[in-house]
Amino acid sequence: MIRQPETTIFSYLQYSFESLYIAPMLFNLSQLFMKRNWIRVIDANYLSVLAGFYLKMKLNKIICQISLLMPCLILSGCSDVWNNPYPDSDSGKNILYNAFAERPKHLDPVQSYSSNEILFTAQIYQPPLQYHFLKRPLTLIPQTASKMPVVSYQDDNGVQLPPNSAGAHVAYSVYEITIRSGIFYQPHPAFAQDKHQHLLYHALTRQDIQTVQKISDFEHTGTRELIADDFIYQIKRLAHPRLHSPIFGLMADYIIGLREYAETLRDQDKTQPQNSFLDLRKFPLAGVERIDDYTYRIRIKGKYPQFIYWLTMAFFAPVPWEADHFFSQPGMAEKNFTLDWYPVGTGPYMLTENNPNQIMVLERNPNFKGEYYPDEGMPEDMENGLLRDAGKALPFIDKIIFSREKESIPYWNKFLQGYYDASSIGSDSFDQAVQITGQGEAAITEEMEAQGIRLGTEVAPSTYYMGFNMLDPVVGGRTPEEKAAARKLRQAISIAVNYEEFLTIFANGRGIAAQGPIPPGIEGYHEGEAGINPISYEWHNGEVRRKSIKQAQALLAEAGYPGGISRRTGKPLVLYYDVTARSADDRSIMDWMRMQFQKLNIQLVVRSTDYNRFQDKIRKGNAQIFEWGWNADYPDPENFLFLLYGPQRKVDNSGENAANYDNAEYNRLFEQMKNMEHGPERIQIIDRMVAILREDAPWLWGYHPKIFALYHAWYQNVKPNRMAYNTIKYYRINPELRDQKRHEWNTPVVWPIGIGIVLLIIILFPARAAYRRKEQHRILKNR
Amino acid sequence: MLNYIIRRLFYAIPILVGVNLITFALFFVVNTPDDMARMHLGTKHVTEEAIWKWKQEHGYNKPLLYNNVAYGIEKFTDTIFFEKSVSMFAFDFGRADDGRDIAHEIQSRMWPSLAIALPVFLLGLLAYITFALIMVFFRATYIDFWGIVLCVMLMSISSLFYIIAGQFLIGKLWHLVPISGYASGLDATRFLLLPIIVGIISSAGANTRWYRTLFLEEINKEYVRTARAKGLSENIVLFRHVLKNAMIPILTGAVVVIPLLFLGGLITESFFGIPGLGSYTIDAIQSQDFAVVRAMVFLGSLLYITGLVLTDISYTFADPRVRLE
Repeated sequence: MIRQPETTIFSYLQYSFESLYIAPMLFNLSQLFMKRNWIRVIDANYLSVLAGFYLKMKLNKIICQISLLMPCLILSGCSDVWNNPYPDSDSGKNILYNAFAERPKHLDPVQSYSSNEILFTAQIYQPPLQYHFLKRPLTLIPQTASKMPVVSYQDDNGVQLPPNSAGAHVAYSVYEITIRSGIFYQPHPAFAQDKHQHLLYHALTRQDIQTVQKISDFEHTGTRELIADDFIYQIKRLAHPRLHSPIFGLMADYIIGLREYAETLRDQDKTQPQNSFLDLRKFPLAGVERIDDYTYRIRIKGKYPQFIYWLTMAFFAPVPWEADHFFSQPGMAEKNFTLDWYPVGTGPYMLTENNPNQIMVLERNPNFKGEYYPDEGMPEDMENGLLRDAGKALPFIDKIIFSREKESIPYWNKFLQGYYDASSIGSDSFDQAVQITGQGEAAITEEMEAQGIRLGTEVAPSTYYMGFNMLDPVVGGRTPEEKAAARKLRQAISIAVNYEEFLTIFANGRGIAAQGPIPPGIEGYHEGEAGINPISYEWHNGEVRRKSIKQAQALLAEAGYPGGISRRTGKPLVLYYDVTARSADDRSIMDWMRMQFQKLNIQLVVRSTDYNRFQDKIRKGNAQIFEWGWNADYPDPENFLFLLYGPQRKVDNSGENAANYDNAEYNRLFEQMKNMEHGPERIQIIDRMVAILREDAPWLWGYHPKIFALYHAWYQNVKPNRMAYNTIKYYRINPELRDQKRHEWNTPVVWPIGIGIVLLIIILFPARAAYRRKEQHRILKNR
Repeated sequence: MLNYIIRRLFYAIPILVGVNLITFALFFVVNTPDDMARMHLGTKHVTEEAIWKWKQEHGYNKPLLYNNVAYGIEKFTDTIFFEKSVSMFAFDFGRADDGRDIAHEIQSRMWPSLAIALPVFLLGLLAYITFALIMVFFRATYIDFWGIVLCVMLMSISSLFYIIAGQFLIGKLWHLVPISGYASGLDATRFLLLPIIVGIISSAGANTRWYRTLFLEEINKEYVRTARAKGLSENIVLFRHVLKNAMIPILTGAVVVIPLLFLGGLITESFFGIPGLGSYTIDAIQSQDFAVVRAMVFLGSLLYITGLVLTDISYTFADPRVRLE
């Protein structure tokens, strides 16, 4: 039940004024203090004044109540919940409250790549494909596409090849994508037309937009249907000379003619006035072809099955040329009116307020239609109520308010008060939120359960590892003999560094020790005995067990360092661990790491530096041992295995292979595997590659982090998915329950105000009495 | 006085150039233009070509301070330092590295900063001077003694503790105000209440002690004895005579910070979610946005110099004997 404001405030005021009854007690105490000469100023006058005050207060109780009530009413804005950070008018509305810590740098779909940016763009832009919300392992389904792309292969002469052609024979892959008709853009002034169907705001001058402060200040808006040309336009934007698409380099290696296209645009841009509209429609791109209004083709070099995953990302979402032209008009950029700031899409939501310093608001796109909640999922989804909305039109939530919360403490506390609908769990609040059961399972604490909070966990498609620089003579080796010895050394260290212990001590068990580079949920990851790393682990009584330190010591001796002493030089083995600048809190992690190496009598020297210098060391190959991590772009083992592919070496090729690992057999298998379709044959090759890596141990495999998230009872249809970000359209909120809980949890506690005022009065009275006494004393003295 | 002000403004130019040079040197010792490009382009799939393109577009593809390959004066002018600094003196702060207009950001963010800093400054000044005068009035009594003990205690606690404790007690336990956040217009009041209270309390110890020391120095002077001899009450002696004569040191400390109030508080704004200039500066440092860091440091130095000039001018009002020539 919601409490009536009057009842709440007056009952608390009543309570606070009852505190005045402590006055007689104070009387007695002060008399006692006086008798013992503990206080000098409080004299009989003060006591009589206090008594008088007490009586007066009793008589004037109602007047005082009202006077105290005033600031309270100002505080509350006449509401019975005072700490609500949102306007009262939003109560009971179908709004999702979320937070973001870091302001997004880019909202242009050709540039946004970080998770904090995709969080917004994924709700606004609609690429051709998306991940199924419920199915696991992750499954691709159409989004704006009417069906899955039709992929065909061609040889050098453009002759069609059979669908199962081997990668070596394929010169070109063609992706034919057909989109649904009847998809419309969000209402936007870029589409507004006059009665002659001419675009209304496409010949603006600086003067025209002088008074415009935000996009909503434009009086008219319009829309138009999504067509294939918009997808083509966006692919061309990857090569735009004024935009920095993070995937341009990668895509230029695949999409036919994209690199040359960038040069053409760069030349054209030089001939145009600065920042003027560069009309990409005038310049054809060889690798992209329009078939009709709803069909287009992308032609890429060779066979690259992973390309289909890129079609789920905003890089391949449609962008209307009208938006690009609209924002390129004079004076727009000075007012921060850019596509990077105000996205224009066809998705379920549109950005209506963009103040990334404080708040970002997404509201339902009135033109969005044609998507429905999935009617099939995993067996447990029915039991978890995740299929209750099957077949219903999306989205369910009207508005999403993202508030900027830079610090974790206020975010956590506001979540507990019901002002955020979900929260991650920081290490500070872990014990408050999660308890580990006797079986080692993580469960929500009773306190959280009483609030109706649920816990969701998921192993992220990420890996955190400790890498060895294979170019280093000690841990990598130069001659074949040195390399063999270094391999034994790395294997010994792999056994000694106990990541299970690391996760328990430093991560509250939020992660699983990695057995290789591939995390769970990705093809090539195996559960149980088949999935263990035989170099560091053994299977014992149905459980995985880390090998003993004696086995590590034996390997170390074989490497030429018996007891941690170099057989060649007679000196203790010293290794160098490069890390980014650490806070005082992380010192214990470094100490723990030293202890792990100490098990083998190896001295570990930690070289801490800032992130820029650290990156510089890695690029130049000056680090010996380092820590690094990788979040997957897409759920395919290729996206992890390429991190150790020879031609990706950091030092030679500025690639992503930070360990500079180069194994001819592994490289050959990688080239074979990356072009293959999913299937048992591919898994066999992946297994072989992982076995090579385990044997060579260029990384300590580290761990795959486990994400813990908390959800309030009113937050429904939540199924964690670390790869897809466009899932808000599936979520549902029960605003009535949220309002009820917020009132229950946030009743203002007014008595401290009363106590504060009473204390102030108690302090002022002796001061006043002392002042009078002092004045009288001075006058008498002067006489 | 006008000549004095003009002279002081001219003195400001070399100071600003110096500050700009030091900021530039310190920033680029830690971050090279390549580092900045990498920070902005992200950690994945960053090619050398993309880095070069970013540097070229943002004007970081030139030498830092001295251009060997240029001729004549261009050896100095065709550099990052010159090109990035000259426009600042025309108050053209340019664009942040993410493309957004810095002047526009400063204009919109200075008001939330001011909304906290101004009440903290004014109410704090009033509270600290009042407490200091009370302690002086009760000097050598238990009030003075325990007052100093309290001040030392307040000084000994980190400002972060006040913020966390304030949020915990007032926001979380008592539910009296929102823990963090901000709103425009009058609705901002309820968000500002807690940071203002925390701001005043966190500085109370040091400031009250400082003002107490100032007043104690004055209290034994001859004019005070004369005033007392005339039979004036102690409060008149304190509030009319001592306070007035202690104005010069008070103004020295107070007026100089007035222009700086626009710049906001770094930690306070982060914890309370206030979208002010303090959090803007912190964000810029974290994202290695030199354009914003440089603009904020320049603005800070300019406002500090303005504060010093204003302090000098305020002396003439507080003490008629002071002449600015």
